[in-house]
Amino acid sequence: MSTALARDAAVLDGARVPATGMPNGMLPEQTAVELSDVSVTFGKGVHSVPALQPTKLRVPDGDFIALVGPSGCGKSTILKLVAGLIAPTSGVVLVGGREVSAKALRVGMAFQNPTLLPWLTIEKNVMLPLKIVEPFRAQFRSQRNNSFRDKVHALLAQVGLSGFANHFPWQLSGGMLQRANLCRALIHEPRLLLLDEPFGALDQFTREELWVVLQDLWQVRRPTVLLVTHDLKEAGFLANRICVMSARPGRILADRDVTFKRPRTIANTFEPAFVTLNQELREMIVAARAPAPTGSMGGR
Amino acid sequence: MTNGTLRRRAAAAALIVLFFAAWEVACLMFGVSDLILPRPSQVFATLWTRMPVLWPHVVQTLSTTMVGFVLGVLLGVLLGALIGSSRIAYDTAYPLLIGFSSIPKVAVVPIFVLWFGSGTVPAVLTSLAICFFPIVVNIATGLATTEPELEDVLKALGATKFDILWNVGLPRTMPFFFASLKVAISYAFVGTVLSETVASNRGIGNVMITASSNFNTPLVFAGLFILAALGIALYAMFSLIEMRVTGWANRKADLIAT
Ligand SMILES: Nc1ncnc2c1ncn2[C@@H]1O[C@H](COP(=O)(O)OP(=O)(O)OP(=O)(O)O)[C@@H](O)[C@H]1O
Ligand SMILES: [Mg+2]
Repeated sequence: MSTALARDAAVLDGARVPATGMPNGMLPEQTAVELSDVSVTFGKGVHSVPALQPTKLRVPDGDFIALVGPSGCGKSTILKLVAGLIAPTSGVVLVGGREVSAKALRVGMAFQNPTLLPWLTIEKNVMLPLKIVEPFRAQFRSQRNNSFRDKVHALLAQVGLSGFANHFPWQLSGGMLQRANLCRALIHEPRLLLLDEPFGALDQFTREELWVVLQDLWQVRRPTVLLVTHDLKEAGFLANRICVMSARPGRILADRDVTFKRPRTIANTFEPAFVTLNQELREMIVAARAPAPTGSMGGR
Repeated sequence: MTNGTLRRRAAAAALIVLFFAAWEVACLMFGVSDLILPRPSQVFATLWTRMPVLWPHVVQTLSTTMVGFVLGVLLGVLLGALIGSSRIAYDTAYPLLIGFSSIPKVAVVPIFVLWFGSGTVPAVLTSLAICFFPIVVNIATGLATTEPELEDVLKALGATKFDILWNVGLPRTMPFFFASLKVAISYAFVGTVLSETVASNRGIGNVMITASSNFNTPLVFAGLFILAALGIALYAMFSLIEMRVTGWANRKADLIAT
């Protein structure tokens, strides 16, 4: 639907030089994630729910993709497939070139509902991936984790949560939980970021602040990002590519490149080109909310 | 400590004092013979004078109970973890466990005596047999009801099964575990004393059965008091540990108090 070349050009446009030597642009066709004809049906027999029609999606390494679509269309399902949390009913999911297993790539995932462990403080919750994922895991054992604590505190400060490191999850508001949840997805510098509506519970201003934080982070570290969102402005601001999905059972209706220069600013989002993109996407989703043309069980 | 908890503790202490006072007064008023129901003051006096003789029995009962309890906890945790972490094990082993737990434990004492003779061993085994069941059930339930979303957090990171058990399953199960510990320690006492009354020449249970056949009612009651005191002490100990370890699960009290 779109050429990788045009995309790479868009990515490098105005981008800062990546700080870490990523195999980016130099090695063409490095594929981080590939779904080939993947479909998902939950349950069996009369109670089965088709969630995803056979879907193809190729995500080059270091790309930033936004998934948008009506509620219940299978966006979270796609992220869970990539994270290896559910198995496809048919088709193959390749992550880092291998049949999906969470270890293939360092994955960071922010779930739609913040799932912080209630018995750990925010600091310990955010630190959890460092305890599990190599190479941090080995260091976690050997040296006492003072440097890790600094890392966690720095990240918490970036999302405006400094001072809450030693609070328990139930002492935080919904939006604060979501920010902590995002920190936990980022702390281990994942190569593949799966973000499921990471800013859904935030006010517009905090949200915009965090867009900028996330964009900066992406430009520096260049992880591959799959972002699920309901906010078209967010998708346009952050992504290189926007995939619009149909109503359940979902399929990818359109795959749009977003070629605005980076770093993008909030002011850019009021420019005519940006507004036009927003309107186009909006119309596609409005149309998609009607029963999907090919899905017999799409509507009621 | 806040005002609220202080007031609650004072009320609890007052109730205990009131209970003993009422007992004392009732015995005096109705002229109850101390062969039937001794006054608390008599019981405490007996406790005080006979303590040197009673003490070894206290130690015997306490150590027997603790050994049975610790073994019961180990066995219970192992079985519970096994049953709770696998759906198949949960479904197959549960009926057997329920069946085992519904056997009145008095009935197993003669069997243990038959196998191991009278003394400490059947007492340990009886307390083990009585106390391990609530632990198995609670650990298994805690593990089996762990929210898959919490496990997904670790699975997405590529964690091993053991990582997940260690970081999610076990902490999540701790409140269940401690609730069962408090029940289990009381059960363990019951088991020990039961076995001691039937088949032993040592321990508080034996003291009570001997005293009762000598119509030394105050001594029987002294034995009861000791058991109650030990039970409360151990219960309190586990409550304390529980509060430190699983405070996250008990925040309701917190909110009311502040
Ligand atoms: N564990 C499950 N068991 C059964 N059905 C499920 C399960 N998870 C999701 N579904 C079904 O799959 C469909 C897609 O769910 P999914 O969570 O991917 O939607 P979504 O696009 O993320 O929606 P939203 O935008 O509301 O988060 C839904 O219609 C839902 O009913
Ligand atoms: Mg979702």
